[in-house]
Amino acid sequence: MLLRKLTEACGAPGQEGEVRALIRSEIEGYVDEIRTDALGNLIAVKNPSAPGPKVMLAAHMDEVALMILGIEKNGLLRFRPIGGIDPRVLVAKTVLVGEKKVPGVIGSKPIHLQRPEERQRPLSIDELAIDIGAKSQEEAEKVVNLGDCAYFATKFEEFGQDKIKAKALDDRVGCALLIELLKQNYDIPVYGVFTVQEEVGLRGAGVAAYQIQPDVAIVLEGTTASDVPGSDPHKHATSVGKGPAITIMDRTVITHPPLVRRLIELAEEHNIPYQIRRTNTGGTDAGQIQLTAGGTKAAVIAVPCRYIHSAASVMSKKDYEAAFRLTSVYLQDLQEREGN
Amino acid sequence: MKEIIRTLTEAFGPSGYEDQVREVIADMIKDHVDEISTDVMGNLIAVKRGTAPEGKRIMFSAHADEIGIIVTHIDEKGFLRFSNVGGLAPETLIGNRVRFSNGTIGVIYKEKGDLKDLNLDKLYVDIGAESQEEAEAKVKVGEFGIIHREFTDLGNRLVAKSMDDRIGCAILVEAIKQLQDTPNTLYFVFSTQEEVGLRGARTSAYTINPDLGIALDVTLTGDVPEGPRMEVSLGKGAAIKVKDSSMITNPKVKAFLTKLAEDNNIPHQFEVLERGGTDAGAIHLTRDGILAGTISIPCRYVHTASEMVDIRDVEACVDLVKAVATSDLKDLM
Repeated sequence: MLLRKLTEACGAPGQEGEVRALIRSEIEGYVDEIRTDALGNLIAVKNPSAPGPKVMLAAHMDEVALMILGIEKNGLLRFRPIGGIDPRVLVAKTVLVGEKKVPGVIGSKPIHLQRPEERQRPLSIDELAIDIGAKSQEEAEKVVNLGDCAYFATKFEEFGQDKIKAKALDDRVGCALLIELLKQNYDIPVYGVFTVQEEVGLRGAGVAAYQIQPDVAIVLEGTTASDVPGSDPHKHATSVGKGPAITIMDRTVITHPPLVRRLIELAEEHNIPYQIRRTNTGGTDAGQIQLTAGGTKAAVIAVPCRYIHSAASVMSKKDYEAAFRLTSVYLQDLQEREGN
Repeated sequence: MKEIIRTLTEAFGPSGYEDQVREVIADMIKDHVDEISTDVMGNLIAVKRGTAPEGKRIMFSAHADEIGIIVTHIDEKGFLRFSNVGGLAPETLIGNRVRFSNGTIGVIYKEKGDLKDLNLDKLYVDIGAESQEEAEAKVKVGEFGIIHREFTDLGNRLVAKSMDDRIGCAILVEAIKQLQDTPNTLYFVFSTQEEVGLRGARTSAYTINPDLGIALDVTLTGDVPEGPRMEVSLGKGAAIKVKDSSMITNPKVKAFLTKLAEDNNIPHQFEVLERGGTDAGAIHLTRDGILAGTISIPCRYVHTASEMVDIRDVEACVDLVKAVATSDLKDLM
């Protein structure tokens, strides 16, 4: 399954090579042009010279990860998060380090040795280290370089009625949607952009949009679902199983009102479930794309994911299918209204 | 001019949903400019063509949007929960009213608890609905609202919601009406989404690519009881910005604006704003860099329902805009 391959691949911000190669192999033959730009964005084009509105579909390849910044005399690895990771989700997780995917575990002082006050507070990053089973610095240096990244060693799994559990659903779920959308046929120019470095500040999307200067952009994302324990109903950003989330506003963008209205109308006409994203926090590539050059109409369609930015996030296949249908229906609609 | 200010400050235009403000302004200026258009980001751009072949391109920018709220949840009893659109201090909202685009009015109040712990999550809007269904018939999740308050004329001092930055819009409207032929081609931008990150100015500056960009926006003052340490005062004239968190004004632009004010006997003061930014912050970093400055209107109680300006400062700003519009930019280039 596509989503299995995508979520089990590893790609920290700036180190998206493995994900990029995988995506490239999936879409070759379905697109007219394919290139990688200076920042590493993978840009795939269908019908580049066709008349009609130029559409950019974007999903980011990078995932949050841990960068190795030091190797201790005893072979333990010191690290820092790249992108937003809550240190509290790290303790005792198994990880894979670097391109060689060296297995490791994030270790900490066991409960027996903790002082009572230490048990009362979460461990900080400085109290954690990655153990790759090396007995010395020299041995560790043979398989790990400073700057390598560690990734959660989570296997993709289907469970429950229609749920998926995996790492990096943010935003491999968007990559999977985009790959499948590029396998369909259109009459208008469609630019599929797999962006880099979203998790550290939406860095790839802006330069990609500058090269393309699209008329319309849809960002495909995995977004936070907060229908989880300890969260009041009025703080639920999205809920898993209630359809893809349409963003009105987040920290980086106020989506284009007529475009959002059209998405909602189409969802209702075609009986596609959807929900309005109910928070103004977070950010996506749309924030950069919208403001590139003279401006672009932009919207975000996102699959709700619980426990995002952790070792295992959870999404619903039904939400995925609905997100695919909604984007697909929108592209058809755009083609009929504004294409030739 | 007070009527222009009243109309503009009573219009509805939270960030991203500035349509009504755009319509009102277009109607006010349409007979006085050569072209009017709206771009992808919703910026209203009015052009007044210059008469001199060697004339330059000047962009004036005042933002059309105002701070507001976005509805995030409607509970089973019909109460709304919300997040902020732009900078809102929770303590200024309690007991205030909000208005939605269809005219629905609501009251903001708070859950019980210590004021020290107050944040937006603890506030709600009561639109008088008795159930979720009744509320949803009037207001939907994702809808934007604004603070609801009428304009009040106190003589020299004027109070209204959204003086930030409808007063800048009013200054540009008044300048457009007063200006005769100018050597320079003037681009008047009524920009969008300033309150959420100077967004509209960024794309419009890219499209216009002016020789000089001037933002018109409000600034804080230090002239109130136990106020912040800040030199700007109401009634002391147009404030020429030296620095804020979005821009250090190019010394040439600062000197240029200062000389224009001095030569034309326009009351003026200098402004150093420790926190905050204006459209000029976005304009000056566009393309390969654009000369930019800000003419600020001193304003008390910014980002509340009662923002106060002095009409004499406002008139000084109109005069300074006119002086810039008709100036020779040769020495600045």
